[in-house]
Amino acid sequence: MSHSHTDEHDHATTFVPDEELSLGFYGLAEAAVRELLVEKGVIEPAELRTALEWYDRTTPATGAQIVARAWQDATFKAALLDDPGQAVAQYGVNMGHVQLYVVENTPTLHNVIVCTLCSCYPRALLGMPPDWYKSRAYRARVVSEPRTVLGEFGTEIGADIEVRVHDSTADLRYLVLPEQPAGTEGWSTDALAGLVTRDTMIGVARASAGV
Amino acid sequence: MSDAAKGVPGHRGYHDIGGLAEGPVAQTEHVLEPWEKRVDALRVLLGDNKRQILRADGLRHAIETMGEDLYLELTYYERWMAAIIKVLVERGLMNETEIRDRMSAIQARLDIPPARTRPWPRIESP
Amino acid sequence: MSRALQVGEAVTVDARYPDGHIRTPYYIRGKTGVVCAAMGEFPDPEVAAANGRTDAMRALYRVRFLQRDTWADYAGSDHDTIDIEIYAHWLTPIEEAAQ
Repeated sequence: MSHSHTDEHDHATTFVPDEELSLGFYGLAEAAVRELLVEKGVIEPAELRTALEWYDRTTPATGAQIVARAWQDATFKAALLDDPGQAVAQYGVNMGHVQLYVVENTPTLHNVIVCTLCSCYPRALLGMPPDWYKSRAYRARVVSEPRTVLGEFGTEIGADIEVRVHDSTADLRYLVLPEQPAGTEGWSTDALAGLVTRDTMIGVARASAGV
Repeated sequence: MSDAAKGVPGHRGYHDIGGLAEGPVAQTEHVLEPWEKRVDALRVLLGDNKRQILRADGLRHAIETMGEDLYLELTYYERWMAAIIKVLVERGLMNETEIRDRMSAIQARLDIPPARTRPWPRIESP
Repeated sequence: MSRALQVGEAVTVDARYPDGHIRTPYYIRGKTGVVCAAMGEFPDPEVAAANGRTDAMRALYRVRFLQRDTWADYAGSDHDTIDIEIYAHWLTPIEEAAQ
């Protein structure tokens, strides 16, 4: 490979773009609106970068740590149920304009969360919602046939257990506190957190200690 | 639902779907594309305490009034971007021509092929 | 709805069908449930949606409904429930509704 040429910048030697090639119509629209907002002084580039970094930082691991702590620490669990916003703040979670509400699964009660009107979700604790949570079928059906939908996720709830659906219609965001699997008493917080998946905190699954 | 049906008993918004018959929940997921995250981030910034231009209520209202055809045809973040455009134009922060012209300019600048046109939101006069 | 609602109080959701952005799902309008929590006051989304923001505040309640009262053909257990956040101006205590 020769480096002798200096002035040739034809297409053969242009750096090949990556994401740019796959931008669709609304991807272009986003780029256009973003540039205009920056030019008009509505948004500063640094604000955008900081906002984007949030998505990499925020995952269900945050919620899992909080649930594991609640399993181990009765005082923390009481605080989490009583004043959830305050309890999660010590984990650096800022709920912003909305209020966190924690619902606890028990041997006689199973909770499951949906937003039938749009896609409200406790993003600060769980990161971004999965596609199915935002899907028409989940939003339409889990309110009126929760047991069938839970069954599609492999979660069978006995007839003696109350199923309680929470429709997240307004300014609350819900976290399900799943039941701690039997036989995991005395486990470390990290080991317990490993059992707490995103779906257990939405309520479509139960926490399990595996085989 | 036609506009004439608004406000009368039984009027139901096209987004208000709790209890409707639907098929099995397709348990699909996808990693958000970078442009989808940027749309989300734009909405977060436009709705923060500093700007207060587009809070969740405003985004939802825009999605609920962009037209049922768009609601059904666009993907999730296409809907959000269409809603952001609708609100920014209706509030007079920018106009549709600016946005269209800039889209063409970016496409030319990046030297990428034209994107397949997608439906544009119904925008009320500012 | 002027007075504060009490936890445990039975309330009926207004069967109203207004234009604009509302947070009361279609399927629950006209149904009767029980207040299970008072959540404090929040900016009125019906006003905020149109104006971008608002200082008008509305009391928000969590209301619990029996699934068998909500869906004519509910196939689950009789004790299954659904909890919904509903703003005060959509709720009427049943003794007032009966007058």
